[in-house]
Amino acid sequence: MPMTQNSARDLFPGALEMMVLESLRRQPAHGYALVQHIQQRSNNLLQVEEGSLYPALQRLLKAKLVKAEWGVSSTNRRVRTYEITGAGLRHLEQEISSFERMFEGISLVLAPGKATTR
Amino acid sequence: MNWTPNIFGRSRIYNDLSEEMLLHIEEKTEQLMSEGMSREEAERSARLAFGNRTVMEERSREVWQWPTLESIWGDVRLASRQLRKSPGFTIAAVCTLALAIGANAVVFGIMDGLVLRPLNVPQAESLYGTQYGDNPTWRSYPNFLDLRDRNRSFEELASFNFALGVAVDTGKDAVIANGFAATGNYFDVLRVHPYIGRFFHASDEHGPDSAPFVVLAYGYWHSRFQDDRSIVGGTVLLNKHPYTIIGVAPPGFQGTLMFVNPDFFMPIVNQDQLGSGYPTGRRDTAEIFEVFGHLKPGVTPAQAMADVDSVGTYLEKTYPKEIAHRSTILDREGLTSFTNGAHAFVAGLMLLAGLILLAACANLGSLFAARAADRSREVALRLALGSSRKRILRQLLTEAVLISLAGGTLGVLGSVVLLRRLSVWQPIAGAPIHLPVTPDAKLYWFALVLALASGFLFGIVPVRQVLRANPYEIVKAGSGARIGRRVTVRDVLLVVQIAICAVLVTSSMVAVRGLVRSLHSNFGFEPSNTMLSSVNLATAGYSGDQVPAMQRRMIDAMKTIHGVEAAGLVNGYPPLVYGAGTKESVFKEDAGDLKAANAAIMPYRYDISPGYFDAAGTSLLAGRSLSWHDDKNAPAVAVINREFAEKIFGSVTNAVGRNYKLQDGTRVQVVGVVENGKYQVLTENQEPAMFLSFLRSPLSWAYFVVRSKRDPQEIAAAMRAKIREVDTGLPADAQSWTSLLDTVLFPARVATMALGVLGMMGAVLSITGIFGMAAYSVSKRMRELGIRTALGAQRKEILQAALGRPLKLLAFGSAAGLLLGIFATKVLAFIVYQATPRDPLVLSGVVLAMLILGLIATWIPARRALSVNPLILLREE
Repeated sequence: MPMTQNSARDLFPGALEMMVLESLRRQPAHGYALVQHIQQRSNNLLQVEEGSLYPALQRLLKAKLVKAEWGVSSTNRRVRTYEITGAGLRHLEQEISSFERMFEGISLVLAPGKATTR
Repeated sequence: MNWTPNIFGRSRIYNDLSEEMLLHIEEKTEQLMSEGMSREEAERSARLAFGNRTVMEERSREVWQWPTLESIWGDVRLASRQLRKSPGFTIAAVCTLALAIGANAVVFGIMDGLVLRPLNVPQAESLYGTQYGDNPTWRSYPNFLDLRDRNRSFEELASFNFALGVAVDTGKDAVIANGFAATGNYFDVLRVHPYIGRFFHASDEHGPDSAPFVVLAYGYWHSRFQDDRSIVGGTVLLNKHPYTIIGVAPPGFQGTLMFVNPDFFMPIVNQDQLGSGYPTGRRDTAEIFEVFGHLKPGVTPAQAMADVDSVGTYLEKTYPKEIAHRSTILDREGLTSFTNGAHAFVAGLMLLAGLILLAACANLGSLFAARAADRSREVALRLALGSSRKRILRQLLTEAVLISLAGGTLGVLGSVVLLRRLSVWQPIAGAPIHLPVTPDAKLYWFALVLALASGFLFGIVPVRQVLRANPYEIVKAGSGARIGRRVTVRDVLLVVQIAICAVLVTSSMVAVRGLVRSLHSNFGFEPSNTMLSSVNLATAGYSGDQVPAMQRRMIDAMKTIHGVEAAGLVNGYPPLVYGAGTKESVFKEDAGDLKAANAAIMPYRYDISPGYFDAAGTSLLAGRSLSWHDDKNAPAVAVINREFAEKIFGSVTNAVGRNYKLQDGTRVQVVGVVENGKYQVLTENQEPAMFLSFLRSPLSWAYFVVRSKRDPQEIAAAMRAKIREVDTGLPADAQSWTSLLDTVLFPARVATMALGVLGMMGAVLSITGIFGMAAYSVSKRMRELGIRTALGAQRKEILQAALGRPLKLLAFGSAAGLLLGIFATKVLAFIVYQATPRDPLVLSGVVLAMLILGLIATWIPARRALSVNPLILLREE
């Protein structure tokens, strides 16, 4: 069994929300599809515990960054589809830019010789 | 953030969430099955990949909650479930706290009413007054006028006096009422405004009997005149003199004494007309009860006192004959000279009530500690499963606070009922005295704070226990593993609690004993078999020389009642009635300059009729009593008490035939000496007293004193009938002297009652405390006791093993409490006459009481320890 728990813990606070928002920006999706999407996109490097998606989704719902609606999927399943809101889009942009700055800083510290700036 | 939809829409959110998660797992399962897994396998991996669904759901829900608030709510629900599971413990704890918090709330209510709350008038905080008792510097009307005009500290000074026992005649009937006789500026100084009509003012006064106006108190207007607005402007007869009702005071205004509700207010310049015996022109009377006014801005009470004293010194120099100035005490208006006593009494009560609460907390603390120990397995399990210690402590504290809030609520409910009853209670029949207590928001806040504080106090007792708990050890060894040999927190708590209870028991016993003694001490007269009847001839319009003649006729009429042994009268109040008494300066015969400062002594003065001593049961030690021949035309004579004789003349036998002088220069010959007595209050030191003939200074208001062995009720009826026979218009009532002593015994009675109640509560608390401890230690050691029994231990040894420790703690605590109690009761001596803890009866009583308490409390645990059946017990384990 892979130790999924560890990778979940290694995510920094807000990372999951960011990924969810980014996925939703591309297209609205329901929970299961979101998990699949994130795992595929990360080449299964990020083994997120599937359930931990839901607290993150609730936080986003509460902050009105996404909205949800019950409906029927293409495979004829009853699903709750999430959609990013305007506020969510703005939030995502801010988050990404601040994350990039942070990531850049961390890289500089970890690899002082190489300038990995884009 | 808008939270309302959160609360109401939450269950929908939660339902959506659960469904969503289930669908997720379902989809995953189907996905896995389509990849070729069996259904069982697929379900399992789907669940594994999802993680702990409950935890996830919980965490998702938390998003919508106020985290602390709601987890506290969860704690509360768990705590109430836990408490419901052990109803005995819960009920005992809640009742204990209800008692303790209730007692505190009642005492606080009384303190609030008497001490914290100022008089119900505007700007009461700057209203200061003289204290009753500065005799006689401020107590004559001319002196008051001088003080009013000469002081530089007050914006304006007013004063008042009592108009007691006034017949108020509306034309239909005459009913006795009690009022204040106030200076014209009284209401203006107090800054109150009439409810209807108008008040009298300084401009209404033009010398004696110039302002026949009366203002009704709101309550009296309501009860006697049924809120009839048309009576304003009408006329009533006060002691047969016509007065115009000019207005009604506002509802909240009850005069300037907190514990007295006057029925009406009349101008002080008119009071002589009603037979008060205080002509407003004389400087040496003591008619004025208190002088008060608002301090000028920036003037401190101390500066005002110095100012008032300097006026006093000036007056003493100017009128040396009439005035011996004593320094004045100024205090907040409202409690007069009772201020210190009331403060001390309330502070004492508060202290004792605080002790009760402390004892209750100690009691509950040890109960909680025992409970925590019993639950150590549960706690250990929770710790082992990953619960944080903080969480467990919060849980325990929640339980404690829950209990304290329940107890506090109950206690406050009880105290409100009690305070409501206290506020309508008339402690002394016929006197307009009441306790101004009304429970308000302050009381509820006080109780809430007290409840929470005590909850935390006893809630933190088991904290150390929990913090040190090692889950591994406890789960391995079982809960009964450690039996404390060393001194535990619980032991200390029990000793503290028992000590507190012993203090309370000691104090209440000392108080009861003091009260019993003061009831049987020598008053200088025999109150039993003596009836008193207060008759004011002014209420029927008598005046001048008619008065003594009429009074003599009434004494003679009383003597004709069957079974009456003796009858007489005394002008004004007899000794020990309503704590009243008049003192007067006397001088040695050879004193030349009769200024007040040269007075030899200041004895109580009583103007009595012949026959008074026989009727009162006062025994004559030497010489003769007064006779009907000692009237205005005969030389002045007096009977003095032993104290007077010894102070001035050296001894009783020396005194008879000797002379002394009164302030006005009258030479008085001593014709007899009577025994010492008590005159104003029971706690007073021995005071000198003199008895002069009432014929020389007639007063329309007198108490008739009648001695008879017949039933008091019958005699009272006969006396009333006789008085009506003499004049049908005379309102009169008769009471036994003993019942009138209630007033002077009132403080002692209240103190004893309060201490008795608190002592009882203390006793109950110590019983539950010792019981809890003993029962707990027996149940903890059941197995050990069983083994001991099996190995052949005797009953005595078993008992010693089971109960030795609680009993040792009991003895220790009692001894400490007894010592503390002896110190505490020194304070009591101020309130309760003859309260002394160095009384073998009290000491042995306390020891006995604590022993009995210990016996009661350990009886059931002892029975349980003795009934140990080793076979059953050992099989169980």
